[in-house]
Amino acid sequence: MDGKGFKLGDDAILLQPIQRTGKTFYLTLFSLIAVILWAAGAYIYQYRDGLGVTGLSRPIYWGVYITNFVFFIGISHAGTLISAILRLAKAEWRRSITRSAEVITVLVLFFGVGNILMDLGRPDRMLNILQYPHFQSPLLWDVSSITVYLTASSVYLYLPLIPDIAILRDHGGRYQWFYRILALGWSGTERQHHLLEKGISFMAILVIPVAVSVHTVVSFVFAMTIQPMWHTAIFGPYFVTGAIFSGIAALIVAMNLIRKVYHLEDYLRPVHFNNLGILLLVMTLLWFYFTFTEYLTTFYGGEPIHMTIFWMKFTGKFAPFFWGMFLFCFIIPLPILSFNKTRTPYGTLIASISVIIGMWLERFVIVVPTLANPRLPNEAVLYFPTWVEWSIFAGCVAFFILLYMIFTKLFPIVSIWEVREGREKSMAEVQERIKTYLPGIGVE
Amino acid sequence: MVIDLDRCSGCQTCMAACHAENNIAIIGPEESAMGRTIHWIELLPFIEGEYPHIKARLLPRPCMHCEHPACIKVCPVGATYTNEEGIVGIVYSRCIGCRYCTTACPYTVRSFNWYEPHWPKEMKGSLNRDVSIRGKGVVEKCSFCHHRLLKAREKAKVEKRELLSEDYIPACVQACPSKAMNFGDLNDPFSTVSILSRERRAFKLLEDLGTEPKVIYLSEGM
Repeated sequence: MDGKGFKLGDDAILLQPIQRTGKTFYLTLFSLIAVILWAAGAYIYQYRDGLGVTGLSRPIYWGVYITNFVFFIGISHAGTLISAILRLAKAEWRRSITRSAEVITVLVLFFGVGNILMDLGRPDRMLNILQYPHFQSPLLWDVSSITVYLTASSVYLYLPLIPDIAILRDHGGRYQWFYRILALGWSGTERQHHLLEKGISFMAILVIPVAVSVHTVVSFVFAMTIQPMWHTAIFGPYFVTGAIFSGIAALIVAMNLIRKVYHLEDYLRPVHFNNLGILLLVMTLLWFYFTFTEYLTTFYGGEPIHMTIFWMKFTGKFAPFFWGMFLFCFIIPLPILSFNKTRTPYGTLIASISVIIGMWLERFVIVVPTLANPRLPNEAVLYFPTWVEWSIFAGCVAFFILLYMIFTKLFPIVSIWEVREGREKSMAEVQERIKTYLPGIGVE
Repeated sequence: MVIDLDRCSGCQTCMAACHAENNIAIIGPEESAMGRTIHWIELLPFIEGEYPHIKARLLPRPCMHCEHPACIKVCPVGATYTNEEGIVGIVYSRCIGCRYCTTACPYTVRSFNWYEPHWPKEMKGSLNRDVSIRGKGVVEKCSFCHHRLLKAREKAKVEKRELLSEDYIPACVQACPSKAMNFGDLNDPFSTVSILSRERRAFKLLEDLGTEPKVIYLSEGM
C-alpha cells in the first residue's frame, strides 16, 4: 500500500512540522532550555546542601514534590486511558487525537517519577529500592505499577506509530536511518496490518486496568497510613477520577496548541473539542460528587481529629487553597462546559487550564493539611515552598513541553494512517455497523 | 519503658541527656523556628480544658517502639525494623530519605536531617563514640540507646553470665532526677516495669490506634 512512490496527497500538512522548522520553534526551544537549566541549578543546590533548602519541616515532611508527583501521574491518565477507551468503543472521532494523547502519558510519567526521586534525602541511594525491596510498602507498589504502566503505554504509543514511521522512511527527508530502524520493515501488507491491529487492540485492553491500578496505588500511599483524612477507602476511585479529569484537560490544552501552531484546524475540529468537552464535563461532575461525599462523611461524623483538618481547609490556613481548588475545578469549568455555545476549542481551552490549576491545588490540599495536624501536640509550623521548589516545578513543566515539541518534530502528531483508514474504510464499515443495530433493514 | 507523670517535674534532663548520649545534631535558632529541631525524646505540652479551668501538663515522649509500628510497614527499602528485643531500629546507611515513615508515624517521633549535621569545634571531642553520626538526608529517632544494650551484652559475655535487666538502661532513664522513668523487660512478669504497667494509673498514648506502644505512662486522673 505505502510503496516507494506513495503520494501523501491531502495529508501532506501532517508531515510539515517534521520537514520545516520555523524561528518561533527555536525561540521557544531556547527559552524552555533556559528554564530547565535554571531548575537544574536549583536541584544541584538542593543536592549539595540537603533538603533544608525547601520549605519542609517537621511535621510537614511532604510538600510540593509529592504534590507534583501525584499531579503529573494524574496528567498521564489523559493519554493512554482515553485513547484506549475510545479505540475500544470504536469512536470514530478518535482518529486524529489518539497520538497526541498517548505522547502525554509516556512523557509526563518521567516527571511524576522524577519528582519522587528529587524528594529523596539520599537520591544517591535510590537503587536501594531495587536492592532491598520491601513489598509491604505502598511506595514499592507504586514502583511496580508505574514501571508496568510506562512500559505498556510506550508500546501502546509505538505500535500505531509504525505505519507512520514507514511513511517517513519512504518519503525521503532527514534521519532516514533512524526511521528505517524504527519502522521494523513495515511494508503495509495485509498480514502486517492484521498483526498490527491485533497488537493494538490487545494493548488497548491491557492498559486500561494498568492505568486504573496506577492511580489507585498512588492514592494508597496516603490511604494506607492511619493519618486523618488520608485513611479513607474512597481515595482510590477519587484519585483515578481526578487523574482522568486533569488528564483530559491537559489533552485539550495540548490539542489547542498543536492546532494553532501547526495549522491543523482541519484535523482537530470543533467537534473534537466538543466531544472532549462533554467528557470533561462528566469528569467535572464526578469530581464534585467524590469531593462532596468525602467531605460530607468527615463533617457528619465530626471526629475531632478529622474536624481540625476539615476546618483548616474550609476556614483556616488552607482556605485559599481549598476554595481556589473548588473555584478552578468546578465553578469555572462547569458553566463553560455545560453550554454548546461555549464548548468551542477556545472555551474548552479556558476550562481546561482552570481544571489543571485546580487539580494541582487539589493534590496540595490533600497532601499538606493532614501533615500540618499531627495527632499529638506539635509546634505550629507553616509551610511555604521556597524558590528551589518552585524552580524545579517550573523546570519539570518546561522539560515536558520541550520533549513534547521534539516529539512533534520527529513524528507526525496526528496519526496519518489512521486518519486515512477512517476516510477509506471506516465510512463503509460504520454504515454497515449501524445497519446491524436497526430492525427492518435486513442485513442478517 | 514506664514513665510516671505524677513524678515527672518537666525538668528536661532526659532531653539533655539524650542529646549528649546520642550525638544529636545542633540546630541553629533560625532552623529551629522552622520546626527542624531533632529530639529523640521531647516534652510535649498537653493543654486541656478552657479558661479558667485550664490544665497544662508536660509529657516526655520518646519513640513508642510499637508492637505494630506504622513506620516499618511503609518503608520501601526495609531500613527500619524491629529487633529481637522489640526495639524499633533504623539502618541509617540504607535509608533513602523518602520520609514515608515520618509521615506514617502517628506519634511524629521521627526526625529528618535537613542538612549535614555540625557541631562547634569545642564539642567535637565530646561526641559519643558508640553512636554513629547521621548524615544529611536520613531519618533518625530514639533507639532506646541500643548501643548500651550491645555493650552490656558484650560485657555479660566476657564475664560469662546472663544479661541482667540492671545491666542496660537508656540515658534518659539514668539521668531522670525524680525517678519518673523506669526501664526493663515488659515480658518478665516480675520486673518493675511489668508490675507498674499493670497499675490502675497506667495508660498508653493513642491506644485506640492499635499500635501497642511499649512506652507506658502512669498518671492519676488521665
